[in-house]
Amino acid sequence: MAKPADVSTASPALATERPPKPGGMPSGVTGVATWADERIGLASLLKKNLRKVFPDHWSFLLGEIALYSFIILLLTGVFLTIWFKPSMAEIEYQGTYQLMRGLPMSEAFASTLALSFDIRGGLLVRQIHHWAAMLFVAAMTVHMLRIFFTGAFRKPREINWLIGVGLFSISLIEGFAGYSLPDDLLSGTGLRFVDGMIRSIPLIGTWAEFFIFNGEFPGDLVIPRLYMVHILLVPGLLLGLIAAHLALVVYHKHTQYPGPGRKDGNVVGYPLFPVYMAKAGGFFFVVFGVAILMGATMQINPVWNFGPYNPAQVTAGSQPDWYMGFVEGAIRIMPPWEWHLGGTTWSWNVFLPGVGLLTGLFIVLGAYPFIERWLTGDTAEHHVLDRPRNNPTRTALGVAGMTAYALFWIAGGNDILATQFRLSLNAVTEFMRVAVFVGPVIAFLITKRICISLQRADSERVLHGSETGIIERSPDGGYSEPHAPIHIEEKYTLTQHVQNTALQITPETDGHGVLEKGAGVSRLRALMSRWFHGGAIEKPTAAQIEAADHHADGHGADGHAVDGHDADGHELTDSEESSQASR
Amino acid sequence: MRFLTAKRRHRAARPALLVLALLLMGALYAAVAPAARVSADTGTSQQVAEGKALFQVTCSSCHGMNGEGTSQGPSLVGVGAASANFQVSTGRMPMANPGAQAPRKKSTYTEEEVAALSAFVASLGPGPAIPTAEQYSGEGLSAEELAKGGELFRTNCSACHNFEGAGGALPTGKYAPSLRGVSGQHIWEAMRTGPQQMPVFSSGVLPDEDVQAIVGYLETLHAQPSSGLTFGAIGPVAEGLFAWIIGIGGLCLIAIWIAARGARAK
Repeated sequence: MAKPADVSTASPALATERPPKPGGMPSGVTGVATWADERIGLASLLKKNLRKVFPDHWSFLLGEIALYSFIILLLTGVFLTIWFKPSMAEIEYQGTYQLMRGLPMSEAFASTLALSFDIRGGLLVRQIHHWAAMLFVAAMTVHMLRIFFTGAFRKPREINWLIGVGLFSISLIEGFAGYSLPDDLLSGTGLRFVDGMIRSIPLIGTWAEFFIFNGEFPGDLVIPRLYMVHILLVPGLLLGLIAAHLALVVYHKHTQYPGPGRKDGNVVGYPLFPVYMAKAGGFFFVVFGVAILMGATMQINPVWNFGPYNPAQVTAGSQPDWYMGFVEGAIRIMPPWEWHLGGTTWSWNVFLPGVGLLTGLFIVLGAYPFIERWLTGDTAEHHVLDRPRNNPTRTALGVAGMTAYALFWIAGGNDILATQFRLSLNAVTEFMRVAVFVGPVIAFLITKRICISLQRADSERVLHGSETGIIERSPDGGYSEPHAPIHIEEKYTLTQHVQNTALQITPETDGHGVLEKGAGVSRLRALMSRWFHGGAIEKPTAAQIEAADHHADGHGADGHAVDGHDADGHELTDSEESSQASR
Repeated sequence: MRFLTAKRRHRAARPALLVLALLLMGALYAAVAPAARVSADTGTSQQVAEGKALFQVTCSSCHGMNGEGTSQGPSLVGVGAASANFQVSTGRMPMANPGAQAPRKKSTYTEEEVAALSAFVASLGPGPAIPTAEQYSGEGLSAEELAKGGELFRTNCSACHNFEGAGGALPTGKYAPSLRGVSGQHIWEAMRTGPQQMPVFSSGVLPDEDVQAIVGYLETLHAQPSSGLTFGAIGPVAEGLFAWIIGIGGLCLIAIWIAARGARAK
């Protein structure tokens, strides 16, 4: 290359060769990367974050399902907005669907029919969009349950929990708005249901209804308004909150399940690049694929069967999408409580199970991290997750909540239950009225006992090892099962958790007789804390484990790591044998 | 008039007046009252006799020897041949066991036996007759007429029978049955006679053209292809169930597979 210059007829530009780069990277990629780095400082940003470590567990992918469903919703939603007409103007249908020909309907419904029958791929995209919406809320729910049961909402993640609760609540509004847009008989009935809920709000109900519907139900503005809510307002909020949610995950770093080497001060896992890029990227396409498969093979919301909305009509089996089912159920089983004061009606039968339950759920969800903190007095940061059994009361409360939710949910399908399982509709309703109160209590008690049993089993396993399944008979006729000691790493996992104790009442005055304010533990708080911590099993202490190890070693001389405890307990000594014989 | 005035206190005057009044009333009634429908012609009397014999074997334990009804079953006087034809040929009658409602099942009668029973029940009193195909057939209707049938169906029927005629629940174990595979004749008969929980839709409420439109709508609706598995066409409950089982369940399995795979240093 470094030749002396020759006289050449060729263009100098053609003769010029770039010197080889030491890294040997393809020059095109480097060029683009360098260009971008010089302008937006990409290299330092990526360098810092590409190697960010995430722990590995399948339950950490549940939130990703929700995120990917949201992306699918955005993509398919854009397609749908191209053809959908959010108008309640009445037209006479003259489209391709024979069974609606000549019927008066809104433009919204007519354009949904056109999307389903005239636009190439429209029906598929509609079905993908609807299934993805169902998956979106369902994935958020299971993600939230994972966070709850592992205690991932504890300090420093309370704000992210609140953002999550916010995301969950506005997703319900988003889903409901989308469900209402086609203006078919089912969605119109759902809108009528929500109209009743709004109207049941004491004092301002009627005013709020007129405000939202611009007059009497259904009016002619609610579809355009819901369209704005569905494609602009709520998605904007969702996007912002999702960004904040993910930013906080990066900022806090991901939580991890307990295990050897895993502490509150570190994250054990794999780097974002290349491991999670591949896994998460691949999972996105899998979620998209599942949504497409569902859209292609499973019918959802066949609006052409429902017909256009007409307030004079209704159909059996009118239910909302699953995430509003618990409110539907609560209203279905509510006894008809109503006040008539003067000329006014106070519809507690709609307000309490409708507005009350919906807001109550979100208040309880939002308040829980703070309630638990009040009960435990725990101010430490937590990055290692709880195993659900190690916090029996929280786990039991969670299962009780799930039970209550599920029972309300099932009650929302009381007519389907009655027809599919040949039950009496009245019997289902009356059973549910009792079950929604009794069921959660039973679930709480059972779950708490199971958690405590599992703790006891863990303790047993640490101290006595795992069962080998071999029954040994000793020379004098006793039977015993030798236990094999478990690995030290497993022992760590089973005993790493902090043994929480109930808060004690602090004296109202300190040693100098001065009244203490704020920091003290009140009688109520101590009582509740004792209830919260009640029943938990003391985890084995280091001394106990050491003693158990020595004990096992003593019996291990014959080649088996025999745990002496069981053998001692079941072997009959001579004196016992003789005393038994004499009886 | 002198004669009447003179004899008005005669012994026979009161009875004569009474007889006269009765005659007058009888004549008036005969003039105003509708003529009884002449239904039993000589050609079917043999059929009626066969029907009666069959009725007394298989129906009379609940409906009485002459269809007059007992504490176990209603009177069949005046229900008409349409009602008997509907109940027996859909297998609802005879009832296998008493319950909230008689379910549809396979009929054990031949067509001749059903016709004989219907003829006997029709002979008990006037009622809706078995319709002819022109009265219920939904064949050859225009798209607009079918669409109107859909509108009539959603207005009058779907509240109990569901938007696709898949059926729905009614109080205390009763139900509106599925309309899939139900013939136009049976739909017509059910609407006109109101079996079990169903109200009667008389020809004054829904004329035969409307019934034809509804039958035509249902037949077209059930013949059209669906856009995937329908899960019994019972609405969002089934959709939610499968979103959870197939959607979230399947994706959780895939998540477990992804988390268990790759980048394992061990």
